[in-house]
Amino acid sequence: MAFLEFKNVRIAGIAAGVPRNIASNLHPTKEDYISSDYTPEAFVEATGVKERRISSTLTSSDLCYAAAERLITDLNWDKNEIEAIVFVSQHADYVLPATACILQDRLGLSRECYAEDIALGCSGWVYGLSNVAGLLSSGNIKKALLLCGDAKRRSKVPLDPLFGHAGTVTALEYKENESGFKFHLGTDGSGFDAIIIPDGGSRNQISSHSFEMENVEGKQLSRLQPHMKGMDVFSFGITTAPKSVKMLAERYSFNYLDVDYVIFHQANMKMNKQIVKKLKLDPDKVPSCMFNFGNTSSASIPLTIVISLKGKVEQRLTKFICCGFGVGLSWGTVEFETNNIVISDLVEVNDIEADNKYVI
Amino acid sequence: MKTLDEFVVLFAEQFDDTDKSEINASTVFHKLDEWSSLIGLSVIAMVDEEFDVALKGDDVKNAVTVEDLYKNVIAKL
Repeated sequence: MAFLEFKNVRIAGIAAGVPRNIASNLHPTKEDYISSDYTPEAFVEATGVKERRISSTLTSSDLCYAAAERLITDLNWDKNEIEAIVFVSQHADYVLPATACILQDRLGLSRECYAEDIALGCSGWVYGLSNVAGLLSSGNIKKALLLCGDAKRRSKVPLDPLFGHAGTVTALEYKENESGFKFHLGTDGSGFDAIIIPDGGSRNQISSHSFEMENVEGKQLSRLQPHMKGMDVFSFGITTAPKSVKMLAERYSFNYLDVDYVIFHQANMKMNKQIVKKLKLDPDKVPSCMFNFGNTSSASIPLTIVISLKGKVEQRLTKFICCGFGVGLSWGTVEFETNNIVISDLVEVNDIEADNKYVI
Repeated sequence: MKTLDEFVVLFAEQFDDTDKSEINASTVFHKLDEWSSLIGLSVIAMVDEEFDVALKGDDVKNAVTVEDLYKNVIAKL
């Protein structure tokens, strides 16, 4: 049983960055692919995704960077005090080095800085949080940034209109007597191919074959695009996410119905509605942002907090459960409280703000 | 345990426009006009709720009739 608890750590603030450009799913372009089974209206109704933010220039790290600069300013943190940075993304700037190393310098952080990348998707914010909470809880490092998001892909491929681009930052700090975080984390690698980009890693190196279009579940896809077994992922999500929430509540003896907000990874509306129904949650306690931003991978939980809860929770004690689940297959649920946190205004990023220094 | 007849009723409830009388145990459901991957997701959700069984996509794809799918669900109980 992968349960973890870290005390003496708190969330100080959350911010999110998205491309300024809005892509409407009611008016798809030739860069989007919507299955021929659906009209645009039917797609929006079925998925709950009307529009999303897209840029062909801004990388995941550009969006995280913009969010981080804003949050550091809003928190009035001294950059020299930030001693750890964890970047969670499936779309790093380079195959190597780790993007967290670039972000350390780009953000102007001290060289006395722990930096690492984590390659997870929909479960990534919860996993990243467990990582950073673990780093801070001993009190040696006092302040850290968790950057999560997915944006520009490794190759220019048609875009799945379910997915939007976003980058987020969660600022955490050591503070004695904070109740901290309780986690349940799980993995099922037998579902490795439920969501997979087959080529471009070292198992299947890029070749001319990678660009050939093949029929995958009724869609024409190249081997550089994500292949998704929709029914398998749906079945996994509606069974595993509720189970994980229940297991965490049981392990730590709390009632999950008593928390103020339950934030799920924004997968798609049908899956999320089913999860809420199974747990008999009050829908008012389960905010969502997928209608305007789509599925934003590891950014979706903090982005939902920024979009839906800014102005509602900052100054009062608020109890959260957050649950991420998806590609891996991988899942995680966390319970924590916030009080006196900073939630920055949504940062809308222009294409000209893309990094031009760490480019060769 | 639910019977085949009860399963057929639950299966038919996942459709909006298809007349219930069109769906019985021997219906080749992939050939129904209204059948889509989205209805497939509803069927998976129904089986999860009513039987506590997690179907895979291949279970739905490889079943020909409604009874085939029922047998598959029962085998996973």
